[in-house]
Amino acid sequence: MNLLFYISSFVAVAATILAITRFHPVHALLYLVVSFLAAALIFLSLGSPFIAVMEVIVYAGAIIVLFIFVVMMLNLGKDTALQEKNWLRPKVWIGPSLLVLILLVEMIVLLLTAEDTAMHVTVVDPRNVSLALFGEYIIALELAGFLLMAGIVGAAHIGKQKKKQLHRFLQAEVMESV
Amino acid sequence: MPPFNVHTVLIVSAILFVLGLVGVLTRKNVIFMLISVEIMLNAAGLAFVAAGARWQQPDGQVMFLFILAMAAAEVSIGLALVLQIYHQNRSLDVGNITALKDEPLHEEV
Amino acid sequence: MHQYLYLIPALPLLGFVVLSVAGRHLHKTVIAWTGAGTVCASALITIVLGIEFFRNAPASGAYTQVLWRWFSAGRLSVPVSLAVDALTLVFIFVITFIGALIHIYSTAFMRKDRDYARFFASMNLFVCSMLLLVMADNLVLLYLGWEGVGLCSYLLIGFWYETPANCHAANKAFYITRIGDTAMIIGLFLLFRELGTLHIPSILEQAPKHFETGDTTITLIALLLLAGGMGKSAQLPLQTWLPDAMAGPSPVSALIHAATMVTAGVYLIARMHTLFTLSPVSMSTVAVIGAITLFVAGCSAMVQTDIKRILAYSTISQIGYMFLALGVGAWGAAIFHFFTHAFFKALLFLAAGAVIEALHHEHNIFKMGGLKNSMRVVFLTFLAGAASLAALPLVTAGFFSKDPILWYAWSAENGNTFLWILAIAGAFITAFYSTRLMLVVFWGERKTPVGERTGKWMTAPLIILAIASVAAGWIEWPHNLIHFTLLSDHLQQVLPAVVLKQDLPSEFIFQGIAVLVTFAGLYTGYVLYYSNKTILEGWRRSAAMQAVRSFLLKGWEFDALYNTLFVQPFLFVTRINKKDVFDRLYTGIAQANININRLLSLTQNGSLRWYIAGVLLGILFIITMQLL
Repeated sequence: MNLLFYISSFVAVAATILAITRFHPVHALLYLVVSFLAAALIFLSLGSPFIAVMEVIVYAGAIIVLFIFVVMMLNLGKDTALQEKNWLRPKVWIGPSLLVLILLVEMIVLLLTAEDTAMHVTVVDPRNVSLALFGEYIIALELAGFLLMAGIVGAAHIGKQKKKQLHRFLQAEVMESV
Repeated sequence: MPPFNVHTVLIVSAILFVLGLVGVLTRKNVIFMLISVEIMLNAAGLAFVAAGARWQQPDGQVMFLFILAMAAAEVSIGLALVLQIYHQNRSLDVGNITALKDEPLHEEV
Repeated sequence: MHQYLYLIPALPLLGFVVLSVAGRHLHKTVIAWTGAGTVCASALITIVLGIEFFRNAPASGAYTQVLWRWFSAGRLSVPVSLAVDALTLVFIFVITFIGALIHIYSTAFMRKDRDYARFFASMNLFVCSMLLLVMADNLVLLYLGWEGVGLCSYLLIGFWYETPANCHAANKAFYITRIGDTAMIIGLFLLFRELGTLHIPSILEQAPKHFETGDTTITLIALLLLAGGMGKSAQLPLQTWLPDAMAGPSPVSALIHAATMVTAGVYLIARMHTLFTLSPVSMSTVAVIGAITLFVAGCSAMVQTDIKRILAYSTISQIGYMFLALGVGAWGAAIFHFFTHAFFKALLFLAAGAVIEALHHEHNIFKMGGLKNSMRVVFLTFLAGAASLAALPLVTAGFFSKDPILWYAWSAENGNTFLWILAIAGAFITAFYSTRLMLVVFWGERKTPVGERTGKWMTAPLIILAIASVAAGWIEWPHNLIHFTLLSDHLQQVLPAVVLKQDLPSEFIFQGIAVLVTFAGLYTGYVLYYSNKTILEGWRRSAAMQAVRSFLLKGWEFDALYNTLFVQPFLFVTRINKKDVFDRLYTGIAQANININRLLSLTQNGSLRWYIAGVLLGILFIITMQLL
């Protein structure tokens, strides 16, 4: 189990680095799938098989598929890759990366100053998870249902293909400028 | 291989989170930014699951499920917005989307 | 009867409300009936009340009526309550009776004016305020009336507001009386702090127990109240507003000068006489101010050419006599002079209004002349008024009231030769300018053609007032001639008797001197303006006399003095402070906010990455704080 954790962690970090540095969207998405699968293995090594399965189905499955649909619909191909290459210059990414590095160092220092314990991996099976989910977390579950509902309606509304739509405030501005 | 500690898992999740953050900060394309956000959400979920595993409790996994639901909703809305932005601007550059820019006051007292 | 006390001020108030709300839509006849009718009704009630009071005076010396509690705060509880004693009765009789005559006169005089309803609404409110002032039994209600009078004087002086000069005169009256009002309200605060009450009878009762004679606090209070009285009664040094107040219509001048407003100061001092008696310094101040005012204003009256300004200065002068009488402790004499003065001054103003109206708004007396035959009634009534003003012995009311003042100016305990000389000089001057006014306006050749005849609604009040100007004095005779003292018999319940010096010479000597001086004044006027005009011609060519004349014409240059003393320094300071230092502070705060807003606006640049960077910096900050 330990080995599984270390290997999958390494893969996850490496795949994520590749995912955020790719220029072509489809490449990035493929590395992202790898990252998610590695994360699923980490979950497995932490004794959460149910979550590992969900990670594969929802993240690596549904969400990535959505991304790919959009990439296909917008026909993002070589042009986009070229554009990304132009945008992603060292002077653009060095500053934020340094800041974020500081953040990472700080977080690690914070973690290491606290008391550490070894992980005793015990499998918490889906049965326990669902008992908690439909027991004490039932209200949160309902709220999550609302959220998904709102997400569906919102996506359906926003995604509608209409002629160029402007908010009424912006419309007034456009009228003035014309 | 030594048995791993709680800190190790949390550090992995911190690294993933920070990588997602770098992605959000450096990329100009909206789709890449959304991908980075997904990475960050995933990292946060990992931290929750690790905490749940530390105490052998299901709560961490329940939290991950909620993050999952939230991520699904966020991605569907976000991608719908991407479609609209692309249709209206013919570009996915966030640098062009500055309609929320504040107009400074011009009155004098 | 006394349960109807409230009707006396309430009826004019009703008239005011009706006219100000509906006046625009009413016919002029209705307006006239409402405006004059309410005041006439008040006058009738007052007369009935007076008869009852004289027949069967109440045991406490006053009718009182508590209407409702106005407000209360802590120890202070202020009721709206009215009290009528002998002193108040004299005042409300004068206010309502003369007010009613002036209203009747105005119905004809103002007939052609566009703002007929506004005029009567203001006049009614004026009468109502003055009635409140004299009927109030606590100083807060009195102050309400006091301010109401000030407001109405502003409204009426500026009645023809299209002319900027009239508005200026109205403003001036308002500002200058405000100086006095401010002093007065400070006096009221002090009084409340010391005695814990503003109920007039309680104050009069408690003050002698609370204060020693000559106490600094009571002197301060008395002087502050006096300052209030000086403002309203146009005494030196706050007299400059009254001559300018002639900008209003003539009936307004009559009302201000005879019945309301300027006599408020006299009433206040007479009403608070206990406080003044406790402070000899303030008593002397009242007397000296009165004496100087009567002389200064009289001198100015001698050279004025505007008929109404002559009368205005003569009012200041006559009120100076009243203050003089108050100052020497001759309370009754002051009230008696107020009583007679009200009749003849109202008469003179109304008659002057008739003359001005007939001569097409001509104010300059040297452009009048020869009106003796063409305006018979006005001439005769004016003659009665002027004779009364000049205090022609025995046949006029002015004599009966002025003579005791001259006598007490010397003989009362506070009196002295200085006051007496000024008073006698004033008597000479008064006789002189009354003669000058009569001769120039009614004798000589005609210079302006006479317009339409004066109507009966205008002449009737004139005749009534002329009879009163002659006869009003007969209610109180000098006690060495006939012992008939109707007024002081009743007033002595309210006001203490005058304290005289020991070992006085006979009063006849002083009366003789006064009579002689009056006739000397008449003769001088007769010589200069009728029989021997060459003297005047000679003076006209002399530069020195012209300088004196111009100095007096401008009212002893008080306006210029105040301009140099107060207005110019004030303007100087404002010029220095043109770029308002204190405003800078506030605009500075606003400007700083705007600058900060601009700065923060820069961060709100619409760029998503910029916002995320902001969030990141925030997280970094928080975590760094955790580490430290």
